[in-house]
Amino acid sequence: MIVVLVETDAQGATVVSREALTFARDLAGSSGAAVHAVAIGPLPEPARTGLLAHLADQGVQLVHIPQDDRLAAYAAAAWSTAVIDVVKSTSAGALIASGTPRGNEVLAHVATRLDVAMAANVVQIATVEPLAVTRQVVGGAALEEMRLDDGVAVFSVAGHACEPRPAAEAAVTEVLEYAPTISDRDLVARVARVEAIATDDTGALTNARVVVGAGRGAGGADRFAGLLELTELLGGALGVSRVVTSLGWRPHSEQVGQTGSRIAPDLYVPCGISGAIQHWAGCQSAKTILAINTDAEAPMVTRAHYAVIGDLHEIVPAINAELRARLGR
Amino acid sequence: MADVPGSARVVVIGAGIVGNSLVYHLARLGWRDIVQLDKGPLPNPGGSTGHASNFIFPVDHSREITDLTLDSMRQYKEMDVFTECGGFEVARTEERMQELRRRMASAKAWGIPSELVTPEQVVEKVPFLDPSVIVGAFYTPSVGVVDSLRAGTIMRERAQQLDALTVVANAEVTDMTVEAGRIKTVHTTRGDIDTEHVVIACGVWSPKLAKMAGVHIPLTPAVHQMISVGPVPQLAETTGEISFPIVRDMDTFCYERQHGSDMEVGSYAHRPILHNPEDIPSIEQAKLSPTELPFTEEDFDPQLEQALELMPELLGNEQAEIRYAINGLLSLTPDGAPILGESPEVKGVWSAAAVWIKEGPGVGRLLAEWMTDGNPEYDAHGTDIARFYPHQRSKEHVAARTSEGFNKTYGIVHPSEQWNSNRNVRLAPMHASERDLGAEFFEVAGWERPHWYASNEALLGEYGDAVMPREAEWDSRWWSPIINAEHLAMRERAGYVDLSAFVVFDVVGRGAFGAVQRIAVGQMNVAPGKVVYTPIIDERGGFRADLTIMRLAEDRFRVVTGGAHGNLDRKWFSDRMPADGSAVVVDLTSAFTTIGLWGPRARDILGSLTESDISHSAFGFGTCQNLELGSLSVLASRISYVGELGWELHVPMEQGARLWDLVRAAGQPHGAVPVGIGVYGTTGRIEKGYRAFGAELDSERTIVEAGMMRPKVKDADFVGREAYLKQRDNEPESILCTVTVDDHTSADGTKRYMLGGEPIVTRDGEALVDGHGHRAYVTSAGSAPSIGKHVLMAYLPPDAAVLGNQLAVDYFEERYPVTVAAADATPLFDPDNSRVRS
Amino acid sequence: MTNVLVCIKRVPDVAGEVLLSEDGQSVDARHVGFTVSPHEECAVELATRVTSASGGTATVLSVGPADSAEQLRNAMAVGCSDAVLVEADTVQFGPADIAEAIADVVRTRAAAGTSYDLVLLGNDAADTGDFQVPVRLAYALDRPVLTGISTVELAGDRVVARGDGPDGTEIFELPLPAVIAVMEGGVSPRYPSIPGRMKAKRAPLETVTPDFEPKGSGRVRLTAPTPRVSTVEILGSGPSAAPAVVDLLLELGVVSK
Repeated sequence: MIVVLVETDAQGATVVSREALTFARDLAGSSGAAVHAVAIGPLPEPARTGLLAHLADQGVQLVHIPQDDRLAAYAAAAWSTAVIDVVKSTSAGALIASGTPRGNEVLAHVATRLDVAMAANVVQIATVEPLAVTRQVVGGAALEEMRLDDGVAVFSVAGHACEPRPAAEAAVTEVLEYAPTISDRDLVARVARVEAIATDDTGALTNARVVVGAGRGAGGADRFAGLLELTELLGGALGVSRVVTSLGWRPHSEQVGQTGSRIAPDLYVPCGISGAIQHWAGCQSAKTILAINTDAEAPMVTRAHYAVIGDLHEIVPAINAELRARLGR
Repeated sequence: MADVPGSARVVVIGAGIVGNSLVYHLARLGWRDIVQLDKGPLPNPGGSTGHASNFIFPVDHSREITDLTLDSMRQYKEMDVFTECGGFEVARTEERMQELRRRMASAKAWGIPSELVTPEQVVEKVPFLDPSVIVGAFYTPSVGVVDSLRAGTIMRERAQQLDALTVVANAEVTDMTVEAGRIKTVHTTRGDIDTEHVVIACGVWSPKLAKMAGVHIPLTPAVHQMISVGPVPQLAETTGEISFPIVRDMDTFCYERQHGSDMEVGSYAHRPILHNPEDIPSIEQAKLSPTELPFTEEDFDPQLEQALELMPELLGNEQAEIRYAINGLLSLTPDGAPILGESPEVKGVWSAAAVWIKEGPGVGRLLAEWMTDGNPEYDAHGTDIARFYPHQRSKEHVAARTSEGFNKTYGIVHPSEQWNSNRNVRLAPMHASERDLGAEFFEVAGWERPHWYASNEALLGEYGDAVMPREAEWDSRWWSPIINAEHLAMRERAGYVDLSAFVVFDVVGRGAFGAVQRIAVGQMNVAPGKVVYTPIIDERGGFRADLTIMRLAEDRFRVVTGGAHGNLDRKWFSDRMPADGSAVVVDLTSAFTTIGLWGPRARDILGSLTESDISHSAFGFGTCQNLELGSLSVLASRISYVGELGWELHVPMEQGARLWDLVRAAGQPHGAVPVGIGVYGTTGRIEKGYRAFGAELDSERTIVEAGMMRPKVKDADFVGREAYLKQRDNEPESILCTVTVDDHTSADGTKRYMLGGEPIVTRDGEALVDGHGHRAYVTSAGSAPSIGKHVLMAYLPPDAAVLGNQLAVDYFEERYPVTVAAADATPLFDPDNSRVRS
Repeated sequence: MTNVLVCIKRVPDVAGEVLLSEDGQSVDARHVGFTVSPHEECAVELATRVTSASGGTATVLSVGPADSAEQLRNAMAVGCSDAVLVEADTVQFGPADIAEAIADVVRTRAAAGTSYDLVLLGNDAADTGDFQVPVRLAYALDRPVLTGISTVELAGDRVVARGDGPDGTEIFELPLPAVIAVMEGGVSPRYPSIPGRMKAKRAPLETVTPDFEPKGSGRVRLTAPTPRVSTVEILGSGPSAAPAVVDLLLELGVVSK
């Protein structure tokens, strides 16, 4: 039995959670185990329907949904209690989550309380018997093969380590609601309140189909007009390199990279970003990369699929004008 | 990814300051099809230029280096990348103040305005410096900072505008193909380039690149630590790149250089941290750049405290943060000089390495001229790659000497200072005997040469004050009055000298005469058995060597030259052998040793060892003969560099010890003494007015100006003949003179003795400037014990080069009266040369 | 008066291509040197801010080799007052072992009269990326724990912490003592000043050795990802490339007419 902690958004399971489900199904396929999901937190419609559709699509037979008002506000310890209840009730041999802040945090609690090891940011299974995983370390610059042969294998799957493929046969996902054994102690470290970020939705960057990137080449806080216009024309999100946030040109929430968001858009357009490894760690899962840079030999250019060489402040306005002309906007 | 062109006239590897200035100057001189490569991106490919502190202090004790620096400053200014800010070299000790006074002499000798100032004067310009820490300073207003990356871009662009240059960045050289001793192909990650010339301008990577062609560039990457502290509130209001003079804290081997609102502190005080060129990270592996290595704090901490002493309020500001700190890599060489020119190992492989920002553009010009017609305007014998002997190219030697030299970067280095490390590499066959005689060994080219012998100490009593004792410690450092006693004993009786360090090579073959006749100024159409002393000049008429050539047979000439520069001479000859192979150069340096025997009793001593007739009529001056001395067969050559009757005795190296013993034993009854290089190299020659290569003679000096004209010029063509004839027809711009010091008494009553490099001025202290625009300075200085004078040689403007002209010499900021004692090559001692011809 | 213990880890300052040791057990840092993660730099900054407000002391701790003293001194140069080095071979130490070693120090110091009501750590180590030491430490000390926190302020005997969540900035209020894992972005870490470095050289640094057998990290070996071969297609240079770019955007379907 493999249990997957599924995180949800307004549409259902998040992309990275679906990736984790695919990953779990592949692992289960080699051992013949079943995959169950556990989904925690409020599930208003249409999220609940979307979730069930996603799970069915991923071939999940059963989803465990704890029923407890105290789970309305996030508390990692309480979530982990709810997960442990499922692990115990199903005698699961593996617990998987996506490598998100919450995924990793809940798994850390679970692993500690079960007194087993935990592996973060796994990209593939190295060996099944005994179980060993390959995971990203050193900010994605190296891979580690790690033994994970305790009673319960607890690990998170690195964002975009695999594609969320539908199962060969869709399942009819059964819902099992249960009462978790949450204690008051689990609720000490609980979100007291949430302040919406004024600028825009943080999820926009990680879920955007198109991300326009900006690096040192942008040249200053007051020089983002063209880039923002391109972002808008493409209906995408703006992502920036660490230097841009360090220099105070843009907020940290827009940072892409090892210490920022990891993105997997259909198209990433890094402009004036040389491509340090820390940044690459966050954007390497983009399906297509179109780099705009003055230096044809910059790592970001040589790693890109397509590139335009030159000053972004000349090229981006030209693209904007061309887009407006061709699309009639 | 752009590929490299398939062929080029020249491939310049490296886009740092040197490679960039070289491509520009080559293009300017008419070169086309230049390809410049760098493995890194432009404009900062990640070498030492990219992290240089970029400041220039023009005053150096070396004339060559100063000339290159001044030339570079002119070029930087012309490109508008130079910002003048002035610079202080501050002294914390009286000893350092002395050194700064000596620096004043160099500044005056090279014509660079500078002054000595008080701590208060420093504070006027650098208000954040604590004046109580220093005793004074040396101020040079023309000190400035440059934008070396911008300069590089400008120079590359200029070459590109001339349609002369293709630049390919991110192209790494992987190998080089050499065929028949010549470069043929440069292989890169972006294709191969067939070429006639390749220039390795790769800074710290140069040894690695050189190895690909089978060439040695003996330098080592070494760490220079630097931090940048800021923003400093005291500097917040400054605008532009630099507003305060740069401070060199000479006694702590540190510098402080303001850079916008930051203060950079750099150090040469830490332990020498050498790196292996093979072990420099790639661009991908490096954190900042391949030559900006992780900072090692523990090495720098003592310097921080000292910097804090000097600028307590500024550097001690809590708001000023250490924002940048690196162990920057730079190139160090065993003798501290750049490594330039064509490699002796492979034709067409040139080195342009170990060059500081301050010399970069000047070196680019020098090398471009060199590659164009062989004759750069500035003399390059001290920077020529061919100067290194094989042992000096070894990793161990490089490591030893650079480690020893690193902390001398700001050190007080005596002009005669000897190295401690890697000594006893080349030992004469009579070395053991010399050691027993208490020889004080000085090193040249790895050879251990006795400079004087403690065993001659007894002579001091014999000659008393005639040995011209010196009172000041600086003047007598690396010196002994025994030198002068040995000199007097040789003049009175006889002396024998170990000359094992000579470079000896033969030019042999049916084309030998033609080759030697073309290379030498002197007439080589002489009978076998003749010895010819001759200048060797280049096409422009500048000195490349002065040496002796013995014609041993119709088709064999033996060249004997000094050890210090002989390697260059050998390359000069080798490069000029006939293309048809009818003559070749055969190196015999390690095959022969030489003992000089000179003095009034020399004939008696030699005569006691041989049955041959060595009378003046049977063995005249300027001839050579094979003599049997006991069981040894000796090639004896009757010439002299000390102005005495006598011979150079050449024997196979393994018989040198035996010959030494024979000469010693035979000399004993005649009162002959072993004589060191102190006599041979200085006192003996200077009172005879003999010129020395590297001091009076270099490629910027001519036969005419050196006063070495013979009445006639040989009819046969020779290298430089045309230029030489023209020089003879014109009035010289400068004339080499011998002057004597009239009064040695300093202000405090101490008698002072100049050591060389000092400016010669009028009695009123006015500068003397010759027709080339050069100031007069002392090229050689030394005792002339036989005439009881301290003698100086100097090139003077023709109107000052007048016998009896009363001038002065500046020494440690005091002026001493001198008088011109010879305005040509006339010896002060034995002016008729009757001794050598007796 | 609240004392803060802030934990840092000496890690290779990897910027580009990573070089591995021959046995594949660690990163070879000879070209890049060592540093601490940006998260930990922020944790140090928060520790000094919290203690300067509370009047307590900020102690910096590292579990690692003796050379970790360099990172500890750097932290003291920017405001920590003293340091503890738990000298250990971190290759043999897994996240549970590190947590245990830190917990031992907290308990020992508490017994000696110095209590650390707030323990700050980086969200995850820059080298091993385990994402669990803070949580394991909290359980070992029986304290509440937060991760992914950008700013921390004391309010009496409680701590107010803020961090990015999926729906915006999440605000937590915890009773002390607590363990908090810091994510970079809330504060700017500072560089040391020269007086700061001088002070740090003389600041107290206590070295202790753990007295338990480590469980280990499960590491089998490290490998470097295979470098990609560039297949970039250059669409052009300068503004004239704009039509080709738009052609591509249409082809990819990210915009439509």
